[in-house]
Amino acid sequence: MIEQRAVTTPLDTQQPLLSVRDLRVAFPSEAGRVEAVRGVSFDLHRGKTLGIVGESGSGKSVTSMAVMGLLPDYAAITGEITLGGRNLLDLDDRQMSKVRGRQIGMIFQDPLSSLTPIFTIGDQIAEALQIHQDISAAAAAKRAVELLDLVGIPNPDRRAKGFPHEFSGGMRQRAVIAMSIANDPDLIIADEPTTALDVTVQAQILDVLKTAQRETGAAVIMITHDLGVVAGSADDVMVMYAGKPVEHAGVDELFARPRMPYTIGLMGAIPRLDDRARDALTPVPGTPPLLVDLPDACPFAARCPVVQDACRETEPPLLAVTGSDGDGHSAACRRAAEIEDGAIGGEPIYPVPALRENRVAAVPREDRPKVLELSGVTKTFPLTKGGLLKRKVGTVFAVNGIDLDIREGETLGLVGESGCGKTTTLLEIMGLKPPEQGSIAVCGQDTADLKRKQDISSVRRNMQMVFQDPMGALDPRMTVFDILAEPLRAVGERNSKVLAGKVAELMELVGLDPEHRDRFPAAFSGGQRQRIGIARALATRPQLLVLDEPVSALDVSVQAGVINLLNELKAELGLSYLFVAHDLSVVSHISDRVAVMYLGRIVEVGTTDAVFDNPRHPYTKALLSAIPLPDPVAERTRERVLLKGDLPNPTDDRPGCRFVTRCPLHLTLSEPQKERCRGVTPQLTEREERDHQDACHFADTPVSVDH
Amino acid sequence: MPGVGPDAEQTHPDESVAREAGKTGSGGKRLSPSKLYMRRFARNKPALGGLILFVLLVLFSLFGPYLTHWDYMEADFTALSVPPGVDGHLLGTNGAGNDVYAQLVHGLGRSLIIAVTVSLLTTAIAGLFGTTAAYFGGKIERAMLGFVHFLLILPSFLIIALVGTRFRGEWQVLVLVLTLFGWMLTARVIWSLATSLREREYVLAARFMGVSAMRTIVRHLVPNIGSLLIVTFTLGVASTVQAETALSFIGFGVKQPDVSLGSMLADGQNTLSTAPWLFYLPAALVVLLTVAMALIGDGLRDALDPTSQSGGRA
Repeated sequence: MIEQRAVTTPLDTQQPLLSVRDLRVAFPSEAGRVEAVRGVSFDLHRGKTLGIVGESGSGKSVTSMAVMGLLPDYAAITGEITLGGRNLLDLDDRQMSKVRGRQIGMIFQDPLSSLTPIFTIGDQIAEALQIHQDISAAAAAKRAVELLDLVGIPNPDRRAKGFPHEFSGGMRQRAVIAMSIANDPDLIIADEPTTALDVTVQAQILDVLKTAQRETGAAVIMITHDLGVVAGSADDVMVMYAGKPVEHAGVDELFARPRMPYTIGLMGAIPRLDDRARDALTPVPGTPPLLVDLPDACPFAARCPVVQDACRETEPPLLAVTGSDGDGHSAACRRAAEIEDGAIGGEPIYPVPALRENRVAAVPREDRPKVLELSGVTKTFPLTKGGLLKRKVGTVFAVNGIDLDIREGETLGLVGESGCGKTTTLLEIMGLKPPEQGSIAVCGQDTADLKRKQDISSVRRNMQMVFQDPMGALDPRMTVFDILAEPLRAVGERNSKVLAGKVAELMELVGLDPEHRDRFPAAFSGGQRQRIGIARALATRPQLLVLDEPVSALDVSVQAGVINLLNELKAELGLSYLFVAHDLSVVSHISDRVAVMYLGRIVEVGTTDAVFDNPRHPYTKALLSAIPLPDPVAERTRERVLLKGDLPNPTDDRPGCRFVTRCPLHLTLSEPQKERCRGVTPQLTEREERDHQDACHFADTPVSVDH
Repeated sequence: MPGVGPDAEQTHPDESVAREAGKTGSGGKRLSPSKLYMRRFARNKPALGGLILFVLLVLFSLFGPYLTHWDYMEADFTALSVPPGVDGHLLGTNGAGNDVYAQLVHGLGRSLIIAVTVSLLTTAIAGLFGTTAAYFGGKIERAMLGFVHFLLILPSFLIIALVGTRFRGEWQVLVLVLTLFGWMLTARVIWSLATSLREREYVLAARFMGVSAMRTIVRHLVPNIGSLLIVTFTLGVASTVQAETALSFIGFGVKQPDVSLGSMLADGQNTLSTAPWLFYLPAALVVLLTVAMALIGDGLRDALDPTSQSGGRA
């Protein structure tokens, strides 16, 4: 990135490639005119990357849509978008189609829906070429293969003839990138390009995007909610809130000296892998305003902890911050000049909420009872072929002999990429049935012994689940009262007075107003819905909560509040958590112990500090290094272990290490050592540290990092 | 258009909560869902109109007989096929001398009972059957679906006709056979909808909370296909009136001396040019009945819809 800046900024540095001036977009709606974007201005030079950061509803996607000319006809767009000297807003749709694809390349969030399922990848790229360039079909096909090679798809000749469903998510996104750079665009717009992907794949894709930018010399607009992604890839960052940029600065300047309370709040709200001190996160209170009939006031005033009366009188414009070293740092805050290092006059803007001490933690781990114990649990699915008479052609080993235990009052984080068997493990546990192999014991009760209905329901009381999607987990046709009363009714509580009392108690416990119990889930925001989900899980006073990605669907500022709530509840009620997530930063913040899963097996398990500070399995190392840090300096200097390829199919159960196909360590070993990796299944073994096990034959061999 | 619609919408719910914080649930009294649905239904003017129309039709069929001294079975041989208003017959008579007004009142009542019971029963059976099959899955699902498919290939019209001939003109038998052979297609559609519902996390959540199968089906699955059930019910009323008309027309439905709107239509269309009132009057009632049902169905669907505009309010 750094050397490339010097190369690609030669001639026209004065003339920006893209210049947006006072862009405003409004949509009509039932509630009134929604002003989705309210005055966005920025310049973008060739070869540079602008990161646009904001929460959902902040107008970042609408801004990019306006640049691409993809907004619906009923959207009222004013302002000026100049790309290479032409105002894009003056062009009609036909002229705009020529610009799109030719001058602007687009990469959307979902790689599945941006490719047509019925054409081969090669044909789709060739089509993109032939629309904008006058070249023969053979030449276009050849160029398509070259492009696929450029974005790192192995065997591009053969893969070009493949259909989208034959590609994995990461591979599809590579193909989309290949398509977007097919016509050598001047500008690439990437709208959350890695949100739908796993971390190791995300690292690959960000790398490919940099390659693509280097090859084309294009400017990139990177839209994301992930500050880590921005820190690693952007030159300039624009933070948007309520349809307006509230802070705009160079990436180093912004992360080092944020001036707007909202930016500071966002940064305080993300759990960070490189800073795992056990402080509570600082959530930003409240929710963003409705973008209808906004008063002339700072839109963040209602959530700002350092608000003054003058903030509510007029909306502060985006002004250059005085006192900054001339790096073009601007912020839309009246008090921007006062803010220094996230504090005003030495007083932090967001006070860190006090954490309650965990009473249970005082007892040593070995003396606490086990609330959940899995030993050798296996779950397989038959692989069938044929429509009418299904015959079995293979077996998928979704979970392949895993051992876990959770003691009272502790949190076990179960991490791994999608498809590694995390969710299957959860469903096996929650099903309360004896597994195919091995055993599951909840609070000392083996599930194989649960025969009578009463036994099962008494175990159910002790173990409840919180789901990932806060909307999907709540029945949209039930009021909050009925949702919370359901588990109580299921265990036989009928008295309506008792129910009402308990429901009110639960709602207060998770920080909801009991007055809102007659509302439907649709009336709540994402964070509030997740609180309802947690309250429901707590209704039967369980000892163990199973949490399936409980915060991954939430905005950053809301996520922090939910994580804090979970930590508080754990301390207050002495709960144990089985916390499943793909986001290692979140896991590192909430867990006492971590188990890393790969293809149905646990490859490393231990205390959070041991696993994160001293990872031993090469997969854990790769996972940790793939996580983007919200710190541009650290991002540039850290060493990366980039994994090749994707998860293989877990269909065979031959002995040997499952990670062998992607293992960077494996490549450096001698032939007899390689033989051992392929022939002998590594078992979880404890090495020098206590309570830290890994399943790698050669964990002590240092990994050579290919950077 | 990723990002445009949802982005604009997402800020909405949060705000409505904040705005109406103190307004609802005043005094800490719980508003039951049924009250809430009623309030929302009442806010919908056309639906309220439909309900009023339906109530008027019911009242008409109940109290209509007291407004005339003619009985629907009684034939006035002094006035055959007289137009409305002649010889004290408010709406005229038919070819046999029966008073049309009296027949209309009685026929409306008969059709209402047949249509509403058949539609209610088929919808209920189809709803429960389809969701139960979907909830359990596996072998139970396959057996239940096999049963539905078996019934679907039976020549139901023939069976209805045969049974109809055996029990001539008994409307209870008509209700029974129409119900027995009318629910399968709906059940099949509901099953396919419910298979997507059973994968939802709230159904999973209920299972993990230990909620019983029957309760999960009734509390989670059935309400969430509610709008489909309501549409099925209202359309069912209209189509049952038609089915009953068709059966009466070919002679297997309601038999003389009993009358229904269907049998009146069948009789009336023979004399469409000479005695148009014999056709148009029952036709008008059928139209009114179906329109009322459609309006009510529309209103109910909106009232029960959790994501409707009146969402978190009321």
